[in-house]
Amino acid sequence: MTSSKEIDTPVAEEHGGVAVAEAEQAIRTHTTPQPVRREFVRFTRYNRALHACMITSFITLALTGMSLKFSYTPWAATLSRSLGGFQTAGFIHRTAALLMFGTFIAHLMNLYRSRQRSGKTWTQFIFGPGTMVPMKDDLLEFIATMKWFINLGPRPRYGRWTYWEKFDYFAVFWGIVVIGSTGLTLWFPVFFTRFMPGWVINVATIIHSDEALLATGFIFTVHFFNTHLRPEKFPMDTSIFTGHVPLSELKRDKPREYESLLASGELEERLEAPQPPIVLKTIRAFAWLALSTGFSIVIWIIYAMVFAYR
Amino acid sequence: MRLSLRLILLVLLCALPLSAGSAQDKAPKGPTSEDCLACHSDKTMSTKRGGRTVSLFVDGKKFDISVHGALGCTACHADLDGKDLPHDVPLKKVQCGSCHSDEQQQYAKSLHGKALARGDGLAPKCANCHGSHDIVPVKDLRSRVAPIKIPMMCGQCHREGTPVQTNREIGQHNIIENFSESIHGEALLRKGLVVAPSCISCHTAHSVLPHTDAASSISKKNIASTCTKCHADIELVHRRTIRGELWEKQANVLPSCPDCHQPHKIRNNLYSQGAADADCMHCHADPNLRAADGRKLSVHRDELVNSTHTKTACSQCHSEVNVSRARPCETITKKVDCSTCHEAQGQMYQRSVHGKLMASGDRNAPTCKDCHGTHGILKRNLPQSLTFPTNVPDLCARCHREGNKAAVRYTGVEHQIITRYQESIHGKGLLKSGLTVTATCTSCHTAHGELPASDPQSTVNPKNVPATCGVCHHGIQEQFVNSVHSASVTKTNHPLPVCSDCHTAHQISRADQDEFKLEIMSKCGRCHEEIAKTYFDTFHGKVSRLGYTNTAKCYDCHGAHDILKVTDPRSHLSRANVVQTCQKCHHDATRRFAGYLTHATHHDPKKYPFLFYTFWSMTLLLCGTFLVSWVHTLLWLPRAVQMRRELKAEQERERNGDTAREDEHDVQ
Repeated sequence: MTSSKEIDTPVAEEHGGVAVAEAEQAIRTHTTPQPVRREFVRFTRYNRALHACMITSFITLALTGMSLKFSYTPWAATLSRSLGGFQTAGFIHRTAALLMFGTFIAHLMNLYRSRQRSGKTWTQFIFGPGTMVPMKDDLLEFIATMKWFINLGPRPRYGRWTYWEKFDYFAVFWGIVVIGSTGLTLWFPVFFTRFMPGWVINVATIIHSDEALLATGFIFTVHFFNTHLRPEKFPMDTSIFTGHVPLSELKRDKPREYESLLASGELEERLEAPQPPIVLKTIRAFAWLALSTGFSIVIWIIYAMVFAYR
Repeated sequence: MRLSLRLILLVLLCALPLSAGSAQDKAPKGPTSEDCLACHSDKTMSTKRGGRTVSLFVDGKKFDISVHGALGCTACHADLDGKDLPHDVPLKKVQCGSCHSDEQQQYAKSLHGKALARGDGLAPKCANCHGSHDIVPVKDLRSRVAPIKIPMMCGQCHREGTPVQTNREIGQHNIIENFSESIHGEALLRKGLVVAPSCISCHTAHSVLPHTDAASSISKKNIASTCTKCHADIELVHRRTIRGELWEKQANVLPSCPDCHQPHKIRNNLYSQGAADADCMHCHADPNLRAADGRKLSVHRDELVNSTHTKTACSQCHSEVNVSRARPCETITKKVDCSTCHEAQGQMYQRSVHGKLMASGDRNAPTCKDCHGTHGILKRNLPQSLTFPTNVPDLCARCHREGNKAAVRYTGVEHQIITRYQESIHGKGLLKSGLTVTATCTSCHTAHGELPASDPQSTVNPKNVPATCGVCHHGIQEQFVNSVHSASVTKTNHPLPVCSDCHTAHQISRADQDEFKLEIMSKCGRCHEEIAKTYFDTFHGKVSRLGYTNTAKCYDCHGAHDILKVTDPRSHLSRANVVQTCQKCHHDATRRFAGYLTHATHHDPKKYPFLFYTFWSMTLLLCGTFLVSWVHTLLWLPRAVQMRRELKAEQERERNGDTAREDEHDVQ
């Protein structure tokens, strides 16, 4: 994370004379004067890292898991072989599961520390402003959105978290608990059948597999659309990787949050220079890889479910 | 009656001068025959000898007409000479040898005589064969040793069940029965030819010796001369069997008569009349000899010499020759028929598909010579033989290789059989590892009785396959016949699987290789359709589907050849054994662990309600979530497109308008 410092300070200040000259050159040739442009920091570095871990573990789990679930498709065998056999694939699957468990625990710990730092009680922390928990406002916003969709009203003025973002969050939360617990049962069947009947393994298989299908299907279609592929953000919204949102976008997408930040004067504190081009490039490459893998899995699932289902 | 009277007169006339002569030489001092008969004509006269009552009666009439009638009693009972009557008892034994010294000497050296000398109670004495006071001339049909009565006479001791036959070492059995059925016995006993040989013709009357004794008339050295006493010049008719010069040069290597013509069973005409090989080779040694139609007719001498038929004469196979013709073979009308000698093989061939094709006149049908060759046939244990195990696949391939004449007309499901066999464990064992005990074509299909698998008699008919494979894989067969797949255990109209259904007929892959392990599920699944399908729904099945073998396959749990119903206590999956079976892979498996449903399906609410309802609640959850979120997304789409258009328009405006304002906007 050497680039972390660069994120905090403008490029021109960090580098020597040569760099300054280069930057000036850049200013002359480019229409947008980069050094002075600043963006809103929407996600902390910690959360961005967790999301990256989540992507990595999730896609890995999906690939290795689906290869077993859809073993009757020719691609499954090819994939399983290219991963080094079903045993290696199983090993990778469990390693990725550990990474996801780690991510989950890290997130819970982060919540715990955030509450301590904020000095709020748990109730205040969970149900206070900026919460992930769906509130009454979210229901109203959902209805207003429906109206907007069918041209019966204006676009709602969303706040820190929209209702679909909250839904996504809890979908993952629930998914990790359900898939994780059934996954552990399948990982240690001998242990679990010491106090549960043998058919629990069969039930766990169904739940694990179908819940995983739900998760992958949801993430690679709905979540991708909602947060990356919406036409106005096409081809992708990189804010979860960069952590930055252009101010104009914040004003447009989250007007309520923008106003409250402006009112509290917090906005100025959370403005930063954009990520350097090399970081953006890397992020784009990673995001593209994740996106295309996700879409491939969706196509594969559709093929397996629709055309190859026995 | 008149005849016998005349005979008695004749004998009396002959005896008269004899008795007169002896009467002149030695004046009778002792008792005359009349004196003796005064007492011994009493039919009740008897004495005790060794605890047995022995009659001392002598029939005066019979004695009078016997060959010894003219001699007085004392001529034989010499110790009575000059004694007064009644005489002391017992008398000394009569010594026939005092007159018949030659016979006595022969007898003493014979088997019978030596036995008597040993004190063998079973040894025959003179009187046992000849009688005592009633001996008539041999030519008299009433003689006990007349040729026609000899077999019965000898048979008294030498028929089955007698003390001699059971307690003494007699190499032959059923002697009298065999003799009476033999050509000799038939002539003597049924046709009444008194010149036909009886026992004594070969064994002699008094010099009976075992054939191991060189002096015996039936020893290997002497038997030929014994036989040729009647069968003069017999060697001339044996020229075909035994090469002529051997009779003269190496008589010791020749077989003796009984080697072919069994003693006591002698039949005539073992071989039909024929010509000698030399006569045939006179023409057929010519390498350029050809038939009118161009067939090669020359025979190479070396071929014959090395072949297994080297001792068989040409005319034994090429029968119908007529030695009286200048070309003895011109009378031949039929092709060589091997089944004349190889009868069993011939019968099998006729029942086989090859033989049936032949009988129907099919040109493609293979005959004996197509597989075995002709003059150069070698024993099949010689590597050069066409039928030596390693040569068999190539031999059959001549017709059965893909594209060849048998393969072309074949309509069944087995194809590429030669190639597949060569790649099979049997083929590799035979051809690569050189194991001549490995199964070749003929091991399963038999050498002469090949029949299509559809024929119930065929060794490769499903019914017979376990027994056919069991010839080598006996241990497996033992397991299989007690398994649920055996017809002896399961009575059903459905076809039961046999070895070849899982292992295939010709390809037979190694059961320890991945290909076999992965295919077994679909093989079991041909009949156990549902159970195989549900297997593929479980982890084990899915891993197998991916092409990996280190997971439980059908036979890992159910057994391979010893599959039994789960309800059978001996089954690998019975309550007593199932945990152990799981533990083969899952070392810590417990009874509860064994409760895992290895063939579970979530489509059966009655059998597996838990799975059924879990599956459908999950499916509902999935469908519900996707429905709501996708509708949400689709509704959003037109708005989002609209927003994008507006945004683009705004950006365009800004670019065209005041750039300064744009800067300001950004700084803000």
